[in-house]
Amino acid sequence: MSHINVDGKQLETLELFEVEEVRNDFPILKEKFSGPKNSVLPLVYLDNAATTQKPQQVLDAMQYYYRHQNANVHRAIHKLGERATAAYEDSRKRISRFINARSHREIVFTRGTTEAINLVAHSWGRKLIGRGDEILLSEMEHHSNLIPWQLLAKETGAVLRFIPFSRSNGTLQIGHLEEMINERTRLISVTHMSNVFGTINPVRGLIQKAHDHHIPVMLDGAQSVPHLPTDVQELDCDFLAFSGHKMCGPTGIGVLYGKEKLLEEMEPFQGGGEMIGSVWLDKATWNEVPHKFEAGTPDIAGAIGLAAAIDYLDRLGMERITLYEQKLTTYALSKMREISGMRIFGMAPFRGGVISFYLGKIHPHDMAQFLDSKGIAVRAGHHCAQPLMRKLEIPATTRASFYFYNTFSEIDFLIDNLKQALEYFGYGTG
Amino acid sequence: MELDELYQDIILDHYKNPHNFGEGEASCTNVELDNPVCGDHIKLMLLIDENDIIQDVKFTGSGCAISMASASIMTEEIKGKKVQEVRAIIEDVLGAMRGEKEADNLDEHGDLIALKGVMKFPVRVKCATLAWHAVRDGITKCEQEKK
Repeated sequence: MSHINVDGKQLETLELFEVEEVRNDFPILKEKFSGPKNSVLPLVYLDNAATTQKPQQVLDAMQYYYRHQNANVHRAIHKLGERATAAYEDSRKRISRFINARSHREIVFTRGTTEAINLVAHSWGRKLIGRGDEILLSEMEHHSNLIPWQLLAKETGAVLRFIPFSRSNGTLQIGHLEEMINERTRLISVTHMSNVFGTINPVRGLIQKAHDHHIPVMLDGAQSVPHLPTDVQELDCDFLAFSGHKMCGPTGIGVLYGKEKLLEEMEPFQGGGEMIGSVWLDKATWNEVPHKFEAGTPDIAGAIGLAAAIDYLDRLGMERITLYEQKLTTYALSKMREISGMRIFGMAPFRGGVISFYLGKIHPHDMAQFLDSKGIAVRAGHHCAQPLMRKLEIPATTRASFYFYNTFSEIDFLIDNLKQALEYFGYGTG
Repeated sequence: MELDELYQDIILDHYKNPHNFGEGEASCTNVELDNPVCGDHIKLMLLIDENDIIQDVKFTGSGCAISMASASIMTEEIKGKKVQEVRAIIEDVLGAMRGEKEADNLDEHGDLIALKGVMKFPVRVKCATLAWHAVRDGITKCEQEKK
């Protein structure tokens, strides 16, 4: 058996999990829809880059919280308040261990990746970015790692610059990095894994190079943290943002990891309860990190749900998850490339289980509609990456994205229906 | 819901062989509209004569089968009609798509009947209405430019 190499890291050949057993943990995967002529269509969920499904363990943890622990955190003297606070702070520690942070104080709870990036743009950017300063992004960013910096640039007069990607295979043209860095570069913020191409960017080298110039690096980990083992000390990134709902956790909870030193020098994000030290009518002092960034009652149940999701992922093993998804993706790519008229966007040597494609002349929305009629859930559109689509000169793609609960037979079913779509829309294979 | 209710033969025929597709003469500024949900794009060229009759209409653009077929059907429907009459048809179509008007109004208008299938697929309504919003904007623009 071959070893699988992800971003320069050899993964040992591991014994994998039984996918059918794993699927039993996810009640929603048993959903069925009514199809034509009284047929029954099982759900084939291939929209995992958008959001993932939740195992019973996560649902149970959240229900347990509401049944036995619910109170506000950090305020109440009563027993329930103690329970809620302990559960919430334990979740923070759990997440800290999962990404190997130095301290749980480096874990800020947010609503998701988007809010985490906005937090850095607001609290770090406004304080430390001035007119003419440069922020380096890439051309393949999700809007959530573009618009917050556009807003900051508009406000401060900073300049945004973009590392290009290769149109032929969707890799980041990292060779341009050296010439793009100059004495005005203040921050580099890039995606670890593209939500369109599936490309896993070579962030280790990028971070090293940036640090040679004393430039901090923020990683958008929305697509990487759910699928790859993540060690922030080894990566040495300065900020990392990710979302709970893309890794079996609930919606509404996400994480900003930041090096403590950086978090310390940042201004608060929002004002309100919890984030304060002492308050007078005309002034206030701030709570310590990470609480300085968590104004108001947080999503306590969400944090607990996310910690339960992480327990679940760790039980399967992140390396096993990566390995299984690599096999699934390699299989899907090889089968898809056999279909004539198939264009796949993103053929990077290191890539995750996100496949964007265009088949024949079938518009992605028609393709997604056709697949939906067979019970297959995929995404169609610009995937919140309009500048990327513009560069590829396409209006949209269809995107199938996998998680560890998807099966090889689901891929076969997808392939079969892609061929049927060609017949349905009358574009043959010519 | 059956897929064939959405992709009726009329729709697929118009999609594969769109009528009035291409550049044309226009009596006022062309209207361009996007549907950001699908990435559909349409450009509409309207030629309205002094008697307020739509002499010609052409469209270009790209998009899903529903948006392109709806545009093709729209051009067939409005060509040669008076602006006032066209306005009423536009309101019938948009009203039906929003669920505010009787969809049966569309039955007497030839291929328009095929758009009724879209109503069962709420996410696709925006695809179907794009061309109709474009022609409504176009007529308004022409009237404003005439003044």
